[in-house]
This record gives sequence, structure tokens and C-alpha cells, in this order.
Amino acid sequence: MPLFWLRAALICYGVGLLYSLLVIARRREGFARITMPALWLGAVFHFVSLVESAVELHQLTPASASETESLLAFLIIAFFLAVWIKYKTLSPGLFLFPLVFLLTFMAAVGPQSAEFSSPLLRRGWIFLHVALVLLGYAALALSGVASVLYLFQEQSLKSKRPGALAGRMPALEVIDEIGYRSLLFGFPFMTLGLIAGLAVAQSNFGVTAFLDPKVLLSLLAWAVYMVLVYTRWTAGWRGRRAAMLATFAFLAALGAWVANYFSSMHRFVG
Amino acid sequence: MSVPIHSAGAGRFLVLGVNHRTAPVQVREQLAIPESHLAEATEQLVKVPGVDEGMVLSTCNRVELLACTNNGSVNLRDFFGHYFKTPTAQYEPYLYELREREAVRHLFRVAASLDSLVVGEPQILGQVKEAYTVARGVGALRSNLNALVTRSFAVAKRVRTETTIGSSAVSVASVAVDLAKKIFGSLQGRTVYLVGAGKMSELAARHLISHGAGMIFVANRTHERALQLAATFDGKAIKFDELYETADRADILLVSTGAPHVIFRREHGERFLQLRKNRPMFFIDIAVPRNVDPELNKVDGIFVYDIDDLQAVVSSNLADRQREAARANEIIESELERFVAQLGSADVVPTIVSLQEHLESIRQAEVDRVRGKLGKLTPDQELAIDALTRGIVKKVLHAPLTTLKTAAREPFTMTIEEAIRRMFGLKRE
Repeated sequence: MPLFWLRAALICYGVGLLYSLLVIARRREGFARITMPALWLGAVFHFVSLVESAVELHQLTPASASETESLLAFLIIAFFLAVWIKYKTLSPGLFLFPLVFLLTFMAAVGPQSAEFSSPLLRRGWIFLHVALVLLGYAALALSGVASVLYLFQEQSLKSKRPGALAGRMPALEVIDEIGYRSLLFGFPFMTLGLIAGLAVAQSNFGVTAFLDPKVLLSLLAWAVYMVLVYTRWTAGWRGRRAAMLATFAFLAALGAWVANYFSSMHRFVG
Repeated sequence: MSVPIHSAGAGRFLVLGVNHRTAPVQVREQLAIPESHLAEATEQLVKVPGVDEGMVLSTCNRVELLACTNNGSVNLRDFFGHYFKTPTAQYEPYLYELREREAVRHLFRVAASLDSLVVGEPQILGQVKEAYTVARGVGALRSNLNALVTRSFAVAKRVRTETTIGSSAVSVASVAVDLAKKIFGSLQGRTVYLVGAGKMSELAARHLISHGAGMIFVANRTHERALQLAATFDGKAIKFDELYETADRADILLVSTGAPHVIFRREHGERFLQLRKNRPMFFIDIAVPRNVDPELNKVDGIFVYDIDDLQAVVSSNLADRQREAARANEIIESELERFVAQLGSADVVPTIVSLQEHLESIRQAEVDRVRGKLGKLTPDQELAIDALTRGIVKKVLHAPLTTLKTAAREPFTMTIEEAIRRMFGLKRE
């Protein structure tokens, strides 16, 4: 995988990471002015790197774990930028920048994982599965971050001492809107992605596919997300209860991601 | 700077006036000059002998005369007496008079809203600009004072962008609006429910409406009063018995009844929120004794601020402003130094120009005199002579000109011998 542009993107994301750390440590904003241009630039470099590697390999599906990380990082930053265009807020970046940096770092600097050698990856269904699930992950990461910000802002309003940091965060209802929209946006992708994955698994591995740890964890995460969407839709659950569910779903999804290393099916070797 | 500056430096600025700290309102209102008379008053000010330029600033908290004089002894203390035809003794004890640097600093502080009753309030800069426009209009501002006032705008802008002095709310009503915005984002289309139709809630409601709040409901024990108030807001009056059935429609509840007991309890809040599908609610309880149970604040999605909570935010914001004022003062001190230095060096410009002209004419004369003796010269030789003589003059002038420019900023006296030594950079044996 060509790494030059990816490393260039990593440097730009480093500015975002520094921004997050400064805000968290000093409780006030530093060099916010250069953060956004750096991120836009990073996203462009990142895009170039993705295109380059797709052209080189003649396939759209990520060919290794590193490439998957890189694609996920790109999708997260793309969602963040979409939110920025609409709401002009850097706040979700507080948590997303470190995440994006970490993923890009692993892809760009970390050990290059072995390429998936399975011929399965050449099939359109797998591409659909991977792309949809990653889109779902990225949107849900944004939604999860929004629920954390919601709790923070709610806490600061309830404590009746709105601090400087809370003052720069978007209004409660705006954070809620960002979170809910990301949820509604990500959930269908996640659902369709899982269906596509299950279809492929069923046709290749048979029913045993459902006992794979990654598959189980993914289904669990998906179920929690469904509860989240449902309670929000019917009872308007938000705030603490929603954040708790979202955290739970996020942990399950994280587990599903980590399970890559234990799931024979997702190693795509042989 | 585009404005030509001549005559003396900061030494001739003068500020004379009263403000909210030196004079009670009875005195200030006596001396206040209405907007319609400002031009005429400014014209009179520049007619005072010795006054070159003038400007009159009159707001509800201050009345000030600003002048640039052509000698240090102009007395403006009688100006108000003449203008209003009142005995000077009536207001004299309340006057303050500032000259030179003090006057410059004062105007910078006024324009930057550091001298205001509510430090950081934004109106004062607009008022100074108005006074400036009027004074320009009658031709009362031409050079130094003009430069000073326009600089004060730049200083005010710098203070505003580099400190957060004017960015926080410092009244109960504006804090309430700020908090509502922190919860709901835009107030556009939000429903405000007034429970109790007192003066305070009316004021707060006006503030919310001016920031975009939409529908207004009013409920009051005496229904007539509710009808009356609802009419002024184009809102809807609701019978007090129907309060609990209708309150869930409100995003913001302004509660200020005279009832000596709690009107909204935790269970009410929980029910409202259920009906609202958990959309947040903001209770502003400005009643004393309180009408909203503080327990309500513990319900997810409900925010309760009573009058003390709002006051606490006000005082913390005021304390922030005080802290920022200290930083603003540093900016003003550095701008003051810069301005005075510029005025000083602008003063020596005419001297520099005439010195250069003088030496150039000597050079020309000498070159012309010697040319006759040299006979015919090639163009190259002509150029060489020109370059040589120019070079000598330039080198000789360099030290004195530099000294002149720096000395303008540190006015002290010295003997002619010392001056020449210093001018040419000669060391003592």
C-alpha cells in the first residue's frame, strides 16, 4: 500500500490531535484557526492515498487490515467534515481526532499487516459488506461522541456553572440533533452491511458462520443500536439513558472490531 | 497614518467633564447636551480662544469636552457655565480635567468601554463615533485630535478582539437568554410560557422575544391581567386552572407568581417530559419564595434556574470582565506609548525635511561653483561627482537625523555642546 500520501495525511491529523489534547488539558481552545485547514488538507491527502491504493490493486475492497483502518479513519473524518459544514462546530473532534489519528497511525506507520489472500475479497458482495459496515461504524462513532458531548453539556447546565469549555460547545439540542442524525444515517448502512456479510458467510461457511465471535458481537451491537433508534423514535430517549445505550453499543462494536484477530472467517487468509 | 499631523504632541490634549463616578445624575442631566445641539456645542467649543480642535461627548453616564489646544493654559472650566448659562460653582466640584498623556489614556479607556458603568458594554464606542462624526461635520477635527479619536476606535477594536471583555451576559435577563440558547440553540419558534404576569417576567419575556422566541402563553391568577399581558405580546392567555394541562407545550417557563408555595414539583416535570417525548424544558424561576421545586432540576432534560442561580452567573461573568479588564489595560498602555511616540516623531518631520533641503541646496551650489573650473566632463565623471557629493551629505546627516527621531520620544533638555556631541555621535575625550 502506498504510504506517502497517507503519512502526509497523518501529519495533518496530528494538528487535530494536538488541538484535542490542548482543549482537554488546558480547558481552553488553542490554535483552533489552523485545525480546520489542516484537517481538510489531511482528508484530501488521505483520499489521494485511498485512490492510489485502489488503482494499484485494481480493487476497491481494502486488501489488508491496515487498509481497512485507513478507510475507516477517512470515513470518520469525512463525516466530521460534513457535520462541520452544517453546524460549524469542532466539538465532536475532541474525541474523533484522537481516534482518526490512531487509526491512520496504525495504517501508515504501524506494521503492515499481511494482505488478505482470500479470493472471496474479489467478489462484489464482500466489497458491499465492508463498505457498508465501515460507513455504519463511522456514523455511529460520531453518534457515540455526540452522546458524550451531550452528557457533558447537560452536566454543565445542571451544575449551574457553565464553564468556558461548555460555553464553546454547541447547544444541547444541536448536539442532540447531530447525534440523532448520525444514528439514523448510520443504522441502515450497518443493517444492510450485516445482511450482506451474513449472506456471504452463509453461502461460504454455512450455518456455523453464526457462531463466529465477530458475527455474534456484531449482531449484539446491532441489536443495541436498534433499541437505541427505537426508544428514541417512540419515547424520545436522549441524554443519560441514550448515552448509556450508545456506550454499550460502542463497546460491542469495538469488541466486534477487535474480534477480527480471533475470527477465522475475517482473517481472509487461505 | 493618512491624517497630516503638525504642531505640538500629546502635550496639548485636554479632557474636561463629568461621569457616573464623579457626579450624581442630577448634575449629569444638567450638563447633558442633547444630540440635536451637539454640533452647535462643538462649534462653540472650538471658538474658545486657544482651542484648535474639539469634540463633545454626551451620553447618559458622561459629558466630556475633548480639545487639542495651541497652548497649555486654556481653561475650559467655564464652558458649561457659558453654554447653559448657569453658575460654574454648581458643577465645578464634580469636574475632572485631564491633560497630555492622561487625556489620551482616558479617551482610549472610554472608547474601549473600560470606563463604563458596566465595563465592556458595547454602546459607548458607537456614541464616541457619533460625537466624532458630528465634530468632523462642523470641521472641528483636523489633525492631532482627529488622529487621537480615530486611533481610539482602533484601540477599542483591538481590546474587543483580543480580550473577551464584552462577550458575556451581565444582566439577569440576558443570562436567561444565554442559557436558553445553550439549551435550545436558536430560540426561533420556541414557546415561552409566562406563569404569573409580573413586571420581571414581562421584561425577561421581551428579551426572549427579541432573540426570536415564538409563541407566548400567559397564565395568571387574575385572568384579566393575563389577557392584558398576552395582548401586548400577541400571545395567548390561559386560565390558571389549566396550567398543568398546558405547561408541557412550553420550551421555556418563566415562573414568577406571588404564591408562597411551590407550583411545579418533580412529578409535574416528569409528566411534562413524557408528554414532550423528552424534549428539554427550561424553568426560569424568578419568584421569591420560589415557585419551582429545586428537585425538578434532577429530572433528565429539565433545567431549573432560580433567581440566585441567575445572579451567580451574572457575578461570575462580571468577575470575568474584571479579569479581562486588566488585560485590556495592558493593551491600552502599549497603545498609549505607541501613539505618543508617533505624535512626537511626527513633530520632528518638518525639521528633518528642511534640514535635508538646506544641505541639498548647499551641495548644489558647491557643485555648480567647482564645475566651471573643471572644464568639460564626460557623463561618467558628472555622475561620479554627483554620487560623491550626495554620499558625503547623506553620511554627515545620518547620525543627526537618527538622533532627532529618537530624541523626540524622550523630551529632556541638554546643552548645545552635548546636543552636537550626541547628534554626531562624538565620544568624550
